[in-house]
Amino acid sequence: MEPLQDQEPLAIVSASPHIRTARTTRGIMLDVCVALVPALLAAVWWFGTRALMVTVLSVGCCVGFEALLRLARKRPQTVGDLSAVVTGLLLAFNLPATLPLWMVPVGALVAIVVVKQLFGGIGQNFVNPALTGRIVLLLSFATQMSGAWNLPNGHSWGADAIATATPLQLAATRAPMPGLLEMFVGHRAGSLGETCALALLLGGAYLITCKVISPLIPACFIGTVAIGSLLYSGFDFTFMLQQLLSGGLLLGAIFMATDYATSPVTRSGKVIFAVGCGLFTCLVRFWGNMPEGVSFAILLMNLLSPLIENCTAPNVFGEEKAKKPKGAKKNEA
Amino acid sequence: MSKSGIQILHNKHTRAIKPVRIDHCQRVTLLMKQHIGAPCVPCVKVGAHVLAGQLVGDSDAPVSAPLHASISGTIKKIDVVRIPSGEDVQAVVIESDGAIAYTETAPPHVESTEDFLQAVRRSGLVGLGGAGFPTHLKLRGAAGKVDTLLVNAAECEPYITVDHREALDNAEIILEGIRHICRWLQIPRAIIGIENNKKDAYYLLQTRISDFSASAQLQTQISDFSASAQPQPQTSDFSASAQPQPQTLDVRVPAVDIKLGVLPSRYPQGAEKMFIHSLTGRVVPLGQLPTAVGVLPMNVGSVAFLGRYMRTGRPMISRSITVDGGAVAHPMNVRVPVGIGLRELCAFCGLHNVRPAKIILGGPMMGGASPDLDAVISKCNNAVLLFSAAQANLKPESACIRCGSCVAACPMHLQPLKLEQAYLSKDTEALKKLRAAACMECGCCSYTCPASRELVQRIRLGKRLLLSSQKK
Repeated sequence: MEPLQDQEPLAIVSASPHIRTARTTRGIMLDVCVALVPALLAAVWWFGTRALMVTVLSVGCCVGFEALLRLARKRPQTVGDLSAVVTGLLLAFNLPATLPLWMVPVGALVAIVVVKQLFGGIGQNFVNPALTGRIVLLLSFATQMSGAWNLPNGHSWGADAIATATPLQLAATRAPMPGLLEMFVGHRAGSLGETCALALLLGGAYLITCKVISPLIPACFIGTVAIGSLLYSGFDFTFMLQQLLSGGLLLGAIFMATDYATSPVTRSGKVIFAVGCGLFTCLVRFWGNMPEGVSFAILLMNLLSPLIENCTAPNVFGEEKAKKPKGAKKNEA
Repeated sequence: MSKSGIQILHNKHTRAIKPVRIDHCQRVTLLMKQHIGAPCVPCVKVGAHVLAGQLVGDSDAPVSAPLHASISGTIKKIDVVRIPSGEDVQAVVIESDGAIAYTETAPPHVESTEDFLQAVRRSGLVGLGGAGFPTHLKLRGAAGKVDTLLVNAAECEPYITVDHREALDNAEIILEGIRHICRWLQIPRAIIGIENNKKDAYYLLQTRISDFSASAQLQTQISDFSASAQPQPQTSDFSASAQPQPQTLDVRVPAVDIKLGVLPSRYPQGAEKMFIHSLTGRVVPLGQLPTAVGVLPMNVGSVAFLGRYMRTGRPMISRSITVDGGAVAHPMNVRVPVGIGLRELCAFCGLHNVRPAKIILGGPMMGGASPDLDAVISKCNNAVLLFSAAQANLKPESACIRCGSCVAACPMHLQPLKLEQAYLSKDTEALKKLRAAACMECGCCSYTCPASRELVQRIRLGKRLLLSSQKK
């Protein structure tokens, strides 16, 4: 060991670049959690502590399943990246507050184990985990998932609440809809995290400010639904606003369609993806036999995402050869 | 470059400090390959005495540049050394004789383009921006095909301030260099491109250009500064230090239309293709040289060297470098003999700790790391960064979350995340389809990745894989 003491320890050698951004996966996921807090508060306000119970259970199940599965498969532990927390929050936000609690782990199992981990973990899932969890629950337990809505009443427990229909169900039967202001603040029936437009828009603004998401997908998605409902209703602006504020449109457009793993990375791809989401949402809402189509629209576009991405590969800088002499001419002048 | 590229901390700590000259050092190690092309063959014998500026190596190969002794002394040995990139390169080691004795030089006698190109070759100049392409070849390729000389003073890498200082301290020399190049290559106009974080240099150059070529039509490009209405350099010590003595000008040099172009300070603004696009709107076609669109981009340091060389005839034996980083006690710019060892350099600038945790030759974005202080400065080194442990430790790599940051950042509009996958699965077809060869290795993708993926390194390896598969 003696000769080693004379030897100077070597400096770290690594490939360039030698400086990196401070952003981390964990930081991004934390930002998404923060952005979801207003909607969570609104859910608790309108649907009572039952909403909180569903959310806590959903997050707990998602994190627990991920931790257990990584442990069982002897893979590095990844719950620290907080992506399972985001999935848990989003899954809960897509469930009615009245859902029997034992169904929540079923949704979490589908989301985390089947969709996310079995396909390779974070970044590898081909459809949105929370959304798929919701759809599996919706198709398996149709009554509990969409039959017994509570009219939000912040101070009542599930048993006391008045059963009612969601605005979209009301619209389907041409029953009177709640007022626009009521819908904007979230005083309407629906999944626990989707009702308060104000809170969702706040969260979206936060994500855009922190550059976690680009405004491209939410803007194109919501814009397409807006134009679609105007055309469908013969330019009835109240109908359009009702469409924008009802169902899971805002939650879906801001938080679910922007999922990195299941949306295209290219700019034009994002536009096509979001417009497609909007179109399918309109199709299901106006002509389908289900009142709500946001989940199915996003799921379908998730599946098309790799194809869209391949078709919208950006033009490499300097690749268009034919057009360029004009630049040289212009600068001569 | 519009939206691509990245916003990074400039860390230009040394911008306000005038460079310090180090004329004497105990020994220099002159690598026989300090340029792109064929290595030089030593033309001196061990034990011989050389003067600074004397030829020590040259090559008959077309792509090469001669090498000159950077100090006076005795040839101690001619040996093969391993440089930080892992290559083994022949090197001539000169032990100083203590005297600072230069060979007699005279301004090159130039009467034709060919004379000029020969003189540039004899000077040993290579692209000082970092690429190290022999300048005489670059100029030869541009002669008669180019309408604009673009002088690159963008200096977009963090920490490095040598080009900034060159513009502040040697504005006249730069303008003279521009005139020589434009005269002998028949280029009607020149644009000096500078990032908007170097306002002092911008104003200084603006004044010098109008002084220098009162007859020439002066037209500054639309600049971000015009609105700020602050015609003086903002920091007072700049204006004090940046007032060189008025010099007598070479009357043989005719006036050229010289303009200034302001560039946003966004990395990699100084990269050749982005630089040309920002200043002229021209896009260099993939796989072609800038002459294809009629421009000749040159580093400001190279232009200044040519201006100086045409005055004195002294070849390329010293260069300015920025020494900075958390482990350096006195970050500064130093003008050093080519071939000085990092150990001597560190002794001069002082280290906070016993040893730096990371040693980088070049900027933090594109420079290479050296395991020890045995590395030496070559002609195309523009910085030495000595990082403290806190700066050297990078986040661990985790799984790609497909956030798309790398796609948004890539100035060449590539898809780094897909190139990485293609390399990892050794899919040469995909690498080709995704245009791996177009990557200029600026490092924006790796910088911006929240999962800390080694994207640019894998694309680099992918480029090599593609090349070797095409050779078969």
